Amino acid sequence: MLSIHYGLNVRRKMLILLLLTSGFLLAILILSFWLSNDNLRLSAASKNLVPSVQHLFGTDWLGRDMFTRTIKGMRLSLILGAFTSLLSVLIATVMGICAASFGKTVDAVISWIIDLFIGMPHLVFMILICFIAGGGVYGIVLGISLTHWTAMARLIRSEVMQIQNDEYIQISKSYGKSAWFIARRHILPSIFPQVMVGFLLMFPHVILHEAALTFLGFGFSPQTPAVGIILSEAMSHISTGKWWLVVFPGLLLVIVIKSFDSIGEKIRILMEPTSSNE
Amino acid sequence: MTLSGENLGHYYQRDRWILKDVTISIAPGEVLGLSGYSGCGKTTLSRILAGYIAPRTGNIWIDHKAMEPRTFRPVQLIYQHPEKAINPKWRMRDVLTESYAPSQAILDAFEIKNEWLTRWPVELSGGEKQRFCIVRALNPATKFIIADEMTTMLDAITQAKIWNSFLGICKSRNIGVIVVSHETSLLNRLCDRIYHLGK
Repeated sequence: MLSIHYGLNVRRKMLILLLLTSGFLLAILILSFWLSNDNLRLSAASKNLVPSVQHLFGTDWLGRDMFTRTIKGMRLSLILGAFTSLLSVLIATVMGICAASFGKTVDAVISWIIDLFIGMPHLVFMILICFIAGGGVYGIVLGISLTHWTAMARLIRSEVMQIQNDEYIQISKSYGKSAWFIARRHILPSIFPQVMVGFLLMFPHVILHEAALTFLGFGFSPQTPAVGIILSEAMSHISTGKWWLVVFPGLLLVIVIKSFDSIGEKIRILMEPTSSNE
Repeated sequence: MTLSGENLGHYYQRDRWILKDVTISIAPGEVLGLSGYSGCGKTTLSRILAGYIAPRTGNIWIDHKAMEPRTFRPVQLIYQHPEKAINPKWRMRDVLTESYAPSQAILDAFEIKNEWLTRWPVELSGGEKQRFCIVRALNPATKFIIADEMTTMLDAITQAKIWNSFLGICKSRNIGVIVVSHETSLLNRLCDRIYHLGK
């Protein structure tokens, strides 16, 4: 208790950690633009090199620098992840709030759509959408965001239904506030933690599904430096002892996802009224 | 302008009537007490009068007109539990100004300190929060206030102080007040007239 008066308080410490983590992600982004594409050229001289100072993550069986490939792949995955998560969170939030706010008919229709989407296996549906959209970034974004909003929409629907009967919302209505005001000022802040967690949990999904779709031949073309492609390619080389092909990209992927997770968690804690004085 | 309810009846489960044939009316500036044993429908009646629930039978009139939806309701209800009546994610200033921007005089009348305005609801006690709820209900457009066990959680001295300033403001603005309580001594002290429910 006494320590409150000395040094950094918990809030300050969290803010610093938050900045460090965001800085790390930003560094990857900057690095990905800074690294030259020349490192991705095939070269017979530097095939299958073990990690060294020159090639931090080693090189693959075509002589490409793995560090460059991983960082550039990470950029693609990050942008893709951010965009897809945003899209699916947006659909989920709108659907969830609509289902809870606009009466029984709308609720029944949206619940039916959710059941329809959940009833079908993800991957089959995703392949279908991806195929229709013609593959590539476009197909992956559409495929994943259109199939992954359902669970979160259900969560938001029940959450909104619960808080809608709260007295402070009833009171807000008695002041003549519009439904839009109530949704924006009362309901959105309450479901924000769920939305945030949902947003961050989408990242690994997006990256893994991107890998899965690519592996099945519906995603990116093989020369695109995407983490999914790097990992699925490296799978076949693990047994021959080229451990660096999978360990470093995999490790970086885990660290990046963990960073997102910790950023989300810290923002949530910093915004929570009950912990604002720690 | 009078607030009146005619032949009000309500149930939550079919044919288990909590209220039946209740006719009640209140004039501006009047202080009406509403008493009755626990569970006799005091809160239900106040929610009906404030327009939060529609009665199964009967009508509410303000000056022989029905209440308009989607505008500021001239009948405001002050709840028993301020912690439920305030959004826990809002700062107190936002809670207050959601209804209107109160003058310093009103804040002083209820001894609301300016430093409380920047706090979160969890950082204030129940009594402090209840003062915000009272100020919030005293919107310039308010004509009637229903105080449902408004000061039950406060000690006697604070209770007296709050009622004193609250009724002073209501009298000066000609606001009609319905005091809901099962404490007969409080009602005898405050009210011009007492309506006994469930007899």
